[in-house]
Amino acid sequence: MIVFEKPKSLTDAELHYCPGCTHGIIHRLVAEAIDTLGIEGRTIGIAPVGCAVMAYNYFACDMVEAAHGRAPAVATGIKRSLPENIVFTYQGDGDLASIGMAETVHAATRNENITVIFVNNAIYGMTGGQMAPTSLPGQITQTSPYGRDVKTAGYPVKVAELLSALDGPEFIARVAVNNVKNVKNAKKIIQKAFENQIEGKGFSLVEVISACPTNWGMTPQNALKWIDEKMIPYYPLGIFKDKSEGKEAGER
Amino acid sequence: MGNKVLMKGNEAIAEAAIRSGCRHYLGYPITPQTELAAYMAKRMPKIGGVFLQAESEIAAINMVYGVAATGRRVMTSSSSPGISLKQEGISYIAGSDLPCLIVNVQRGGPGLGGIQPSQSDYFQATKGGGHGDYHLIVVAPSSVQEMAQLTGLAFDLAEKYRMPAMLLADGTVGQMMEPVELPEEKDVEFTEKDWAVTGTKMQRPHHIVNSLYLVPDELERKNFERFERYRRIQETEARYESFLMDDAEICVVAFGIAARVSKNAVLAARAEGLKVGMIRPITLWPFPSQALKEAADRVKGFVSVELSMGQMIDDIKLAISCRKPVELVNRAGGMIMSPDEVLAGIRKMNGGDNQ
Repeated sequence: MIVFEKPKSLTDAELHYCPGCTHGIIHRLVAEAIDTLGIEGRTIGIAPVGCAVMAYNYFACDMVEAAHGRAPAVATGIKRSLPENIVFTYQGDGDLASIGMAETVHAATRNENITVIFVNNAIYGMTGGQMAPTSLPGQITQTSPYGRDVKTAGYPVKVAELLSALDGPEFIARVAVNNVKNVKNAKKIIQKAFENQIEGKGFSLVEVISACPTNWGMTPQNALKWIDEKMIPYYPLGIFKDKSEGKEAGER
Repeated sequence: MGNKVLMKGNEAIAEAAIRSGCRHYLGYPITPQTELAAYMAKRMPKIGGVFLQAESEIAAINMVYGVAATGRRVMTSSSSPGISLKQEGISYIAGSDLPCLIVNVQRGGPGLGGIQPSQSDYFQATKGGGHGDYHLIVVAPSSVQEMAQLTGLAFDLAEKYRMPAMLLADGTVGQMMEPVELPEEKDVEFTEKDWAVTGTKMQRPHHIVNSLYLVPDELERKNFERFERYRRIQETEARYESFLMDDAEICVVAFGIAARVSKNAVLAARAEGLKVGMIRPITLWPFPSQALKEAADRVKGFVSVELSMGQMIDDIKLAISCRKPVELVNRAGGMIMSPDEVLAGIRKMNGGDNQ
């Protein structure tokens, strides 16, 4: 009897992520959703530029590697061309909320029938820890060595809140993966974001608050704690918009 | 076939693309190619195709990348400043070995430039344009008829060699109306490509469309393979029109609308008794270097006629290894030379007065 196994939607490739990074958990949750819904054979994923750039080696479905920030545009092209397929993007905060903001907002406002997994760890990981659009006020990074000064570097972008103000998108939620309870909830929400697409409901984005112990300069344990103490107070969890359930922006 | 209709150049491209089986158009508004997008917006929904006005040129070309990854025939169109914005995406498409068609109805530059016709994106189109080592197949129509013909050819070549193709037109050919015989409707029956992302159906290993190769010798090998393909294209796919070249002592080289003007100048020069001919490149990449090289054995010089500060002239000099002089006749910024200006250049090359 198998009591624990790797999701079929993940390949056997060894993940390159740092110790304590939560990308692995998020990959697994996405793969579990694909397995559970039985859609691996018709799913096409789009990898970003950033830490998850090589996600195309890890997901067992067909994959496309996009230019930095352009995954929602690439996903749009694929979905319009193959409407019966399931199309998802997997993007980080620099990719989705900085360089790719226009593509994100417009895919959302068109209610493009795709699923977006947005990993927010408040830092640029791949390039070695620069300030991200989602870095917290006061957060020390390589390019905000004295802490993010909102007077010169501006405020963090709250993607879930921003997008839920649009009429277009079907479903916008924010989850975290820093403890068992949050992971279980994230699994449910990510699956719903795929179900929405299967049902033709439209643009579904799940922002996942994620840890980057390497670039935060913390132990993995402290990084998970930092999510509870700093990240979640700034980025509250919940479903921000669920059009089919009659839930619009502002009610959480 | 046989029926001629009166059409604008930009519309002829759109209709020819549809007839050649293109069912995906994604673009962003810019003058002077607007009619093309408008035509697609009207037609695509009626034939089960996709028309999408993207939020930017950048998004449009990345949507093209997505459609191309599924193996479907896809195109976008723009004009010079918009084409600059697309360059990153074009580099990714080339680096991922995907076919598509990009139409550039050129206007004067640099910067925001103007909206009048130009050929000053020649370097950008023929030398790659974006980052990295790559080429596009570049076709250059000089009539509305050729707008239609070369659209289908560009799609076919792009798919044959799995690389992006560019139709490099100019605002004049884009905007003018001429009678055109449109190509027959092509069967749009789709055949699965063995590299495309369409879902594994749990029957094959996953396909990956990608241009990232972190191991240097792998990336080098990819580039070597791609350039081997380019070499074959240069050997077999160069196209040009040869006009009165049999006994020519002076060879005019011009493409697009500049070739239309030059043809009149060549005829006027012939009337003066000057032995002048013209080679009109139809493909700018591959450039018809062999034809020019052979012409260099017979003629005493060349006249390059361009709507730019002189870009193609470099390729002419390379093709003939600078063995013969090359005179430049050019206008820029949206201005077009008159046949008299070309004739003056021909006389100058002939050693006569150029006043």
